[in-house]
Amino acid sequence: MNDTSQRPLSGQGRSLLPSPEQRERLRRKRAFKDSFSRYGIGAAGIAVVLALGMIFVYLFSEVMPLFKSAQVTTQQTYSVPGVGGDEALEHLTIDRHDTLGASFTDTGRITFFDLDGGDLRASFEVPRPEGASRSAFATAFATTRAFAYGYDNGDISLGQVEYAITYPDNLRHIEPELEFPLGEEPLTLDEEGRAIQVLGLQVSDRGIYAAVELDDGTLMVTSFDVQENIMTGAVTVEQTTAELPGFDGSARQILIDNRFRHLYVSDDAGYIHHYDIGNLDDPQYRGAVQVTDSGYVSEMVLLNGTVSIIAGTSDGQVRQYFPVRDAQNQHDLTHIRDFARYEAPITHIAAEHARRGFLVGDEQGSLGIHHATAGADVFDARMTEGPLVRIAISPVNSMALFADENNQLQVAEVSNRHPGISFSSLWQRVWYEGSSQPRYVWQSTAGGDEYEPKMSLMPLTVGTLKAAFYAMLFATPLALMGAVYTAYFMSPRLRGKVKPTIEVMEALPTVILGFLAGLWLAPFVENHLPAVFSILILMPIAMLVFAYLWSRLPEGLRTAVPDGWEAVILMPLIVLVGWACVTASPHVEIMFFDGSMRQWLTNTGFNYDQRNALVVGIAMGFAVIPTIFSIAEDAVFNVPRHLTQGSLALGATRWQTVVGVVLPTASIGMFSAVMMGFGRAVGETMIVLMATGNSPIMNFNIFEGMRTLSANIAVELTETAVGSSHFRVLFLAALVLLGMTFVVNTLAEIIRQRLRKRYGNL
Amino acid sequence: MKLWWKSGAPWIWLNAGAVAVSIIMVLGLIGLIAVRGLSHFYPTEIVEFQVGDPELGLGQMVMGEHVRAETIPVPVARDAGINVPPELGEDELVTRHLIKQGNRDVTGNDFAWYAELQMSEWLAPRDAMRLERREWGDFYGYAVRVLEDDEVVAEGEGLWDELQSRVERANTLFRELRQIERNDVGVISAEMEELRIRERALQRDPNVEPDQLQTQLDQIQERQGVLQEAFQALSAEIDILRSELHRDTLVATVVGGEEVQIRIGDIVRAVQPNNLSLTAKVVEYLQQFWAFVSGEPREANTAGGIFPAIFGTVTMVLLMSMIVSPFGVLAAIYLREYAKQGPLLKLIRISVYNLAGVPSIVYGVFGLGFFIYTLGGSIDQLFYSERLPSPTFGSPALIWASLTLALLTLPVVIVSTEEGLARIPSSVRQGSLALGATKSETLWKVVVPLATPAMMTGMILAIARAAGEVAPLMLVGVVKLAPTLPVDGTFPFVHLDRQIMHLGFHIYDVGFQSPNVEAARPLVYATALVLVILIIVLNLTAISIRNRLRERYRAATD
Repeated sequence: MNDTSQRPLSGQGRSLLPSPEQRERLRRKRAFKDSFSRYGIGAAGIAVVLALGMIFVYLFSEVMPLFKSAQVTTQQTYSVPGVGGDEALEHLTIDRHDTLGASFTDTGRITFFDLDGGDLRASFEVPRPEGASRSAFATAFATTRAFAYGYDNGDISLGQVEYAITYPDNLRHIEPELEFPLGEEPLTLDEEGRAIQVLGLQVSDRGIYAAVELDDGTLMVTSFDVQENIMTGAVTVEQTTAELPGFDGSARQILIDNRFRHLYVSDDAGYIHHYDIGNLDDPQYRGAVQVTDSGYVSEMVLLNGTVSIIAGTSDGQVRQYFPVRDAQNQHDLTHIRDFARYEAPITHIAAEHARRGFLVGDEQGSLGIHHATAGADVFDARMTEGPLVRIAISPVNSMALFADENNQLQVAEVSNRHPGISFSSLWQRVWYEGSSQPRYVWQSTAGGDEYEPKMSLMPLTVGTLKAAFYAMLFATPLALMGAVYTAYFMSPRLRGKVKPTIEVMEALPTVILGFLAGLWLAPFVENHLPAVFSILILMPIAMLVFAYLWSRLPEGLRTAVPDGWEAVILMPLIVLVGWACVTASPHVEIMFFDGSMRQWLTNTGFNYDQRNALVVGIAMGFAVIPTIFSIAEDAVFNVPRHLTQGSLALGATRWQTVVGVVLPTASIGMFSAVMMGFGRAVGETMIVLMATGNSPIMNFNIFEGMRTLSANIAVELTETAVGSSHFRVLFLAALVLLGMTFVVNTLAEIIRQRLRKRYGNL
Repeated sequence: MKLWWKSGAPWIWLNAGAVAVSIIMVLGLIGLIAVRGLSHFYPTEIVEFQVGDPELGLGQMVMGEHVRAETIPVPVARDAGINVPPELGEDELVTRHLIKQGNRDVTGNDFAWYAELQMSEWLAPRDAMRLERREWGDFYGYAVRVLEDDEVVAEGEGLWDELQSRVERANTLFRELRQIERNDVGVISAEMEELRIRERALQRDPNVEPDQLQTQLDQIQERQGVLQEAFQALSAEIDILRSELHRDTLVATVVGGEEVQIRIGDIVRAVQPNNLSLTAKVVEYLQQFWAFVSGEPREANTAGGIFPAIFGTVTMVLLMSMIVSPFGVLAAIYLREYAKQGPLLKLIRISVYNLAGVPSIVYGVFGLGFFIYTLGGSIDQLFYSERLPSPTFGSPALIWASLTLALLTLPVVIVSTEEGLARIPSSVRQGSLALGATKSETLWKVVVPLATPAMMTGMILAIARAAGEVAPLMLVGVVKLAPTLPVDGTFPFVHLDRQIMHLGFHIYDVGFQSPNVEAARPLVYATALVLVILIIVLNLTAISIRNRLRERYRAATD
């Protein structure tokens, strides 16, 4: 301290000690600094630990919404606008912006109202033929907003709701309109004028189909082809009608898919009859499935995509069916899965517009929300006292309307963001539409709203394990044997060179390993397949032969090479064997594999991808070797010397000492090394991304690729919508990875610490 | 023999073999990258030969650089579409050569395989030249004459020197042009954008008085006018430069004899490799290497240099180390010196250590979700709302890449620092405390200085890991081609919200997403070499510091 010069001089001469006040001040300053440093460091340290902990918390918080069950909260109740006392409510809808509702009565009146308060906005009457009365009603799939009324003179009228959106004063204004795609005049379906009893309708960009059951039991299907004259704008409608073969009993409901290939009729005896109407000149009856033996199908709907049917029965069952292609390429309506059973007959089912979810109401007023792909029952509650007559769900799944038998309407907010994800949809076989059996599939996106996302994590997890397995198969023996040799036999000078080399190997960026694997190794392996396998077999044999010959060499020559240099002597041999195998490879191919081993493999029934598990195994094994090596080498090296020396003193050979003393002591450490290596192999991204074809397949064929969890995240995460189910499933994949590696690493770390303690005791 | 087997010696040899195999793999891999990466810059001889169907006699002339040869069985060759004469049996081998014949604009593909059995002798014409062009890849052929505004200025004797000087001139002009387009025009358009955003913000702001609004809008318009004028002046200058650039034309013949006109403004470099002495070749080699390290990528990254990638990597890593070092060191000091030792701390320590083993992609997912969408999204809402919906910080950016990697390397720094702190003998600490120093004085004046090398080691290891990490960066801030560098001359000089290029990602992108894999291959190797050298140097430094450190404390504790 050089502040002595500033110290005041006291009367009795110069004291080198500071005055008490100054000491006090200094002490206070030091104490302040001390506590400042204590709390500052404490705060920073805790902040860092929390920040790292936040990774877990954040990933969890992104994943949790996937498993939240749905919620429905009724906000308002009023009587259904536009439905008179003697009229019945046929249908309810909500517009895309959740502002307008619409009610359809059996008398042909359509009334639009504000969802908020139920004020009337507009009302339309569907024109009907003179003297006829309405006898049937049908809607096409909800996204088309098309509906039809059938009359007792064999006519129908077909309408479509449109919402015109304008922005006066920068505020959205929605004006409901009614359009008639086939013209405002009713169309005659049955020339003989028989009454329509049951009506089915489907509309898509491929055309318009209507199917009816007439009062004498005749089943008919009609397609409407609309031709618009470009010059005059006049619309002509061409009708093609086919009569369908009948069945015993009478129809309750008719559904048609939007590709116009399948037609389904439910009857009053619990059956659904299936017709193939792909060719209207020759419609086929494809048989019937029995939905229930103690009642009838009280309600059925098509789900989004119009492939699946959800059938609700009078004894409370809810079951899913869709056509499955059999060996003869014929479609048969097949039972797929059941949903939670209801206590009362099902009254109404409403399909969600863009997902494969649906809402079910029953006669006791219970409401259930389900999702077909996930096989999930996400909501269940009693909504009304009496039967739940009609349900409407908004196109964005955020609002629902429920009407009871007294025409009381509940406007409810629905929160049901990720019904399509459940434990079973992620980890179990799922029977997807269009496939012939339940399968594990990862195919998260494809064009179109009608696509059924297939998000099974199984193929990705299996791919991850497959890649890790082959990498470990390659790396474990090399790394462990190398570690034993380096730690126990190698001369210290050489060890001082080998360890840094291995550490450099660990630090090599995996993107470089991946690119070499993809661009160099994969084509090389493809062209030199025999070389790869012959190296695997010949290399150890060559080493042993060399070792034996070495032991026969004259003493003088052998002692010229110092102890612990075996690895160096072997290097030329290894290079030589490798070179020989590669050079011989084309000749081997010609001699044994008709010129191309790859072709030979394909002919024998193994698929061969250029970028396959073999390549990944070698490249990722390369990345894993140093991890295993360093930890295992540490474990072997730290085996107390007095143990080994005791063993040697008792007359054991060096190798016997290794097997009898070193390995048992170090085995736990080596096990933890392998686990660490496995942890690294599981999470590696770039190598698998670059060295495999990234196709999500479920097998362990060494000649095929895979898609791992990590590569999948890297490929898909930036391309998905924030907050969507897909986005959150990818976060779940990250969480699975994090969990897997964290558990494995923690176990390995705990084992290692135990081991250290044990060595300390020895 | 039996005795030998029983003694266990074979096992020792097998174990030795495992080490040897691992070492050979490392050395082989580094050697492979080095050879492939370094040979890319060497001026390869241009060869010329004739190929043709054996039945039809020799026909087509081929000129180009030999890339590699391959020996394959006849069936494989037939599958690959090589016209193998039918008299060759299934069990024979054929050799084929990959020739880089360039001239993509003339021939359509710049790489082609030719089977050896259909080749004439290889010639190496002395006046064969290779032109490196800004578009369409390399050109191989013979120079015929140089035109200036359609007038012949050089032909025959002296042609080559004339060509070289004109290429030099064109390159200077090109650089000037670039400078103007990049900087001057860039500054103007940045300010224009700023004005546009301000205008929009003003119009939307309900609190501004109408007359005040008008005056401010007028000011903006006035400034826009000034900028517009400046921009026009610049574009006139650019037009002049551009016509100057395209003044000269080279007429050359391709190997078939066809004449082609090439604008000298499009030529980056002209070489006659067969005509170079060894010294000239070395000079050429060094120039090429420098051009690679300092140049910008061209033609969808399949040609040119990697300077933006090096610059991006270095900037990102520097920023990351600025974030990670204080926090990592403080956290380590806290864990080792201040925190109450107990089972909870043990748990925390194991968890922190294990985070080093958590897959890097998980950090990327966290970075994308938390930093970009949550944090960046909120920053945009708060400070850049007038620019929405186009995001400023709510999209992948330099700062998020650095933060993500900082989080990723935090465990590395903590582990290394803690190890250093643990290594310091307690006698040193006790001595300091016994002399009356407070805990913080002991820490900052005795312990931390002694542990600095360990901290350095941790930092270097962190930097090495960050420089090689790609997977998380793909999610949080790296692009294949960034139009601007993250550091430049416009305010605020370091642009944290810009996306960057990165060496590792460059390798992935050029190697796997590139339309012309053959052309990109040598570049990938060269890029990989740069990255490997960077990382090996960093690691060896860290290792040597650590080893020296161990020696020192071993001496101190004994």
